[in-house]
Amino acid sequence: METIPVEHGFVLAGILFCLGLIGVLTRRNVVFVLMSLEIMLNASGLAFIVAAARWGHAEGQVMFLMILTLAAAEVAVGLGLIIQMFRRFQTVDINVLSEMKG
Amino acid sequence: MLELIWLLPAFPLLGFLALVLTGGRLPMQIAGPIGAGSIGLSFAVAALVASEFLNSGLESFTYEAWVWMSVGGFNPGFTFYLDGLSMVMMLIITGVGFLIHLYATGYMSDDPSFARFFSYMNLFVSAMLMLVLGDNLVLLYLGWEGVGLCSYLLIGFWYTNPTNGYAARKAFVVTRVGDTSMAIGLFLLFAQLGTLNIQDMLHAAEMQWSVGSGFAVAASLLLLGGAVGKSAQLPLQTWLPDAMAGPTPISALIHAAPMVTAGVYLIARTHPLFEMAPSVQLLVALIGLVTLLLSGFTAMTQSDIKRILAYSTVSQIGYMFLGLGVGAWSAAIFHLMTHAFFKALLFLASGTVILSLHHEQNIFKMGGLRKALPVSFFSFLIGSLALTAFPFTSGYFSKDEILLGALELEGVGFWFWLGGVVGAFFTGIYTFRLFFIVFFGDSHAEHPPGKEVGGWHMNGPLILLMTLALAGGFIHVPLDDVFSHGEGYGEHHVSGLIHGIMIAVPLLGIAVSYLFFMSKTFSVDKLMASALAKKLHAFWFGGWGFDTLYNAVLVRPFLYLARVNRKDIVDSFYALVVTVSQAANGLIVKSQTGSLRWYALTVAGGLVVMVSLGATL
Amino acid sequence: MILVTLIAVLFVGGLACWLSERFNPNLPRVIALLTLLLDFALMFSLLGAESTSTWVAVLEAPWISRFGISFYLAADGLSVLLLMLTAFLGVVAVGAAWDEVQDRSGFFYFNLLWTLAGVVGVFTALDLFLFFFFWEVMLIPMYLIIAIWGHENKNYAAMKFFIFTQVTGMMMLVSILVLAYFHYLQFGSLSFNYHDLLNVSLTGEMGMWVMLGFFISFSTKLPSMPFHSWLPDAHSQAPTAGSVVLAGVLLKTGAYGLIRFAVPFFPEASMAFAPIAMTLAAVSILYCAKVAFAQDDIKRLIAYTSVSHMGFVTLGIYAWNELALQGAVMTMLAHGLSAAALFMLAGGLQHRIHTRNMPEMGGFWPKVPKMTAVAIFFSVAALGMPGLGNFIGEFLALIGAFQANVTLTVVAAFGLILASVYSLWVLQKVFQGEYSNRSFDDSHLTDLSRREMLYFAAMMIGLVWMGLYPQTFLSMSEPVLAQLLSDSTQTLVTSLEGGL
Repeated sequence: METIPVEHGFVLAGILFCLGLIGVLTRRNVVFVLMSLEIMLNASGLAFIVAAARWGHAEGQVMFLMILTLAAAEVAVGLGLIIQMFRRFQTVDINVLSEMKG
Repeated sequence: MLELIWLLPAFPLLGFLALVLTGGRLPMQIAGPIGAGSIGLSFAVAALVASEFLNSGLESFTYEAWVWMSVGGFNPGFTFYLDGLSMVMMLIITGVGFLIHLYATGYMSDDPSFARFFSYMNLFVSAMLMLVLGDNLVLLYLGWEGVGLCSYLLIGFWYTNPTNGYAARKAFVVTRVGDTSMAIGLFLLFAQLGTLNIQDMLHAAEMQWSVGSGFAVAASLLLLGGAVGKSAQLPLQTWLPDAMAGPTPISALIHAAPMVTAGVYLIARTHPLFEMAPSVQLLVALIGLVTLLLSGFTAMTQSDIKRILAYSTVSQIGYMFLGLGVGAWSAAIFHLMTHAFFKALLFLASGTVILSLHHEQNIFKMGGLRKALPVSFFSFLIGSLALTAFPFTSGYFSKDEILLGALELEGVGFWFWLGGVVGAFFTGIYTFRLFFIVFFGDSHAEHPPGKEVGGWHMNGPLILLMTLALAGGFIHVPLDDVFSHGEGYGEHHVSGLIHGIMIAVPLLGIAVSYLFFMSKTFSVDKLMASALAKKLHAFWFGGWGFDTLYNAVLVRPFLYLARVNRKDIVDSFYALVVTVSQAANGLIVKSQTGSLRWYALTVAGGLVVMVSLGATL
Repeated sequence: MILVTLIAVLFVGGLACWLSERFNPNLPRVIALLTLLLDFALMFSLLGAESTSTWVAVLEAPWISRFGISFYLAADGLSVLLLMLTAFLGVVAVGAAWDEVQDRSGFFYFNLLWTLAGVVGVFTALDLFLFFFFWEVMLIPMYLIIAIWGHENKNYAAMKFFIFTQVTGMMMLVSILVLAYFHYLQFGSLSFNYHDLLNVSLTGEMGMWVMLGFFISFSTKLPSMPFHSWLPDAHSQAPTAGSVVLAGVLLKTGAYGLIRFAVPFFPEASMAFAPIAMTLAAVSILYCAKVAFAQDDIKRLIAYTSVSHMGFVTLGIYAWNELALQGAVMTMLAHGLSAAALFMLAGGLQHRIHTRNMPEMGGFWPKVPKMTAVAIFFSVAALGMPGLGNFIGEFLALIGAFQANVTLTVVAAFGLILASVYSLWVLQKVFQGEYSNRSFDDSHLTDLSRREMLYFAAMMIGLVWMGLYPQTFLSMSEPVLAQLLSDSTQTLVTSLEGGL
């Protein structure tokens, strides 16, 4: 069976990761920042899957499951925080929310 | 009986404790008898012990009360040592001390701090007795510092006036400079000889050191430092004239009883050490000579009755140092004794004058007091005659001994003798200047003198002291055993000319004084007319500028240093550490913008940098 | 067991003070006083054994045996002397705080007793890990005492005190660990036991560095130049009881550490270092006496004089002969009493007129004659009057140091002159002169109360005793010091032979 070359998988993961990073750096809405983070997490997960498939090891898949649970937990906490932030500051603009400086 | 010697310092100490523990609130009727009585008891014991000692024929007697401390071969004890020297001293202290105390019960009777006064006085006497009876240098040092403390307390007795407080502190600090030198001397002696017991130490020194050895010179120099501090000799003489701030009986006690003369005692006590360092011994004589001349000049210019007497003390102790320096040990101690008599007499008499004139001390505001104050007049007359060494008064015999002792010294001896004779001339002038101005001529008093203050407890001591000042010269001082390798008595063989000069010169001084201040044949004003004379007068009046010099060289730099470094420069180093960390904090804080995107960007940027670094390496 | 009891009594008493406050705000001070008196009484059971150099009341129980750490307490003559000083001054400190501390008194006495518990631990611990533990225990409550009950600038002072002690304490910890590690290298097992560590031979550069760790820590506590600058701040800001404990007891732990640990562990390095240490001591004596003279704040002034006097202790310790060491110990005891009393006087004045600024004072003598008499006594004691304890200490320290180093001793002796300068200056400024009420409310300027007189009388008797019959104290510390001296000499001789 024709398999997808491993390089393609890594490049895709890389592109996804960069997209996510750009999203984190440029978006002002906290919700989108959180989504971009998810994309970055999933990009690294993809890289693990690809590597696991290529070398036939189970650890990569285990790691992906781990990242999945991590992401789920993170979203739960993150969204909770965002709701709290919105309640308190009436905004989700990250530039406004810079209370923790110096 | 000799064991009772420990009672000597114990009685005054008990008196002190009784007066202090009652908070100084005892009424005069009780405090007076305690204060003077304790010294009286002490004198009785001293007389008893002395007669017992003389009858026993012992050379010395030691009584150990308890071992003070015992550390690694260092075993000073509360041990009292009695020999001819300490016997003479203890009799002077308790005898003259008792008379002064008795006088003070009258003199101080209108002072609200009567009990406090006597508590200090008692402690003072107790410390003096420790000083002269101690058989080791540490106990001597205890007494030495003790008299320093008491003189501090007594000089500053009327504490509300800051000048008194200043004089008291000056006295303490200046003598402390000498004390420190002496303490270092003790360290040296112990390090080299392994004991501070005076007799053992002297024996060890004679065994281990040769004449003129470096250790002997250093040790005797350091002890001499202590002696000049306490005895107000050059260069530490500046404190004594200022020490007149206290009540007059205190001045009498400081000057007559061995507080100021403690230095003379110290040198006499350790005289073998000085004999092993001939250069230092010569220095002692030189210091004495210079001091007696300088203070003679100063005394001629003063106007405060007590300051004149103070400078005369400095000058007389100069004679004692001269005697010590030329090896006339017992002559120096003899002079110490006669000086105690006539100086106590003079001070107490001046106390009567001052009190009768409502605390007036300027002699130019007195005058013609001969009729109004007859007791003081006679006291002053006899005291002044003794002080100027008028023939057959006590001062005549003792001063003669010293000068003849000086003459016996080969070489420089003649010059010492000459200096001493010149000093005697000055003594005649300044003593009788005081006498004539105060008791003759017209009255310049602001308040006319009332009745002469007195009463038996003030006049009694004066009369006794007059007798002693007149006849004290016939007392034989049993010092032959102490200074066995020194000179004896009556062995001087000098020509009649020398004797004639020594008798004539003081009389000449008196005559000069008479011509200036009594008959007014010569005028002081004419003498003072020239600018040079005025300058000289001011210079001598200020005590040869020593105070100015010390202020400029020592006091002011110290105050300056203290002032500029009030904040403690070491602390500023730690303050610097604080400043630096705060500045660093200020810098780093700026990067904490609080913007999440900025943080993410720096994380990403940092990652890129690190990865690319890892790739290139 | 007695030593554990001594410490436990203080810990438990402290807790009791804290808890009892809710029932009655005056209860804690009574409990604290009783606790300390009990402790003091218990200490008398340690007497009698001090005439030998052996350790008494030894208690050794395994603690963390894997690292060679044990719960090892013991006392000898030196410890017993310092323990009694601690308990005595503890009682005095409670007296000083009696009226002064009203706010949260339970917690105050809790901290006071816990500090003292730490001090007792420090004086008895023979396991270095345990020693370090107690070293920290005495630090934190003291920090709280200054930070909570202090005066206008208390936070700064407390923080400074904490940082100085903590940073240098860390240096000591590192030194202790290195020492334990070297024990592992040389004997194959880790140990923090004092006697084991004495056998560790650490020479050369390494020995010097490790010794410095101890020296810096102890001389900060002592304090000596140039680590002294926390002390004036801490003292001027601390409440009176804090000052009493700080000056009377806490400073002595530094000197104790030098005698017990720093020099015996590293005889060679210490001997090489002695000239520097003695120079620092001489500089401390003169420099701090001079700075003291310039102070306007009476408590700062006394604090600087403390540094100056502790210089004699350092001088005595590094002269390392019997006379000098006895002098150092006597100075520790006598200074403990005299400095505590002077701080109580200053604190009493501040309590009465709410200022420590001397230029505002003057002419208090007729108003407070008893206080003046007491002040004269203790100032005179501090300037080294023979017949009082401080003289014995300083004289012995100097006479011993003279045999070790003539020049530095002569320099240090000039401290005697400066001591008289500042002591008499204080007397003159505060008590003599014309009374004039300048800028403070003098309605509370009353003479010493009966209770205060009791405390001062006890301290006076102590100083006179030390001054006239010091043998009582000297003979307690003598066997210990002789043992330390002979041990270190032996080590030096052995290493010399090894070197040849």
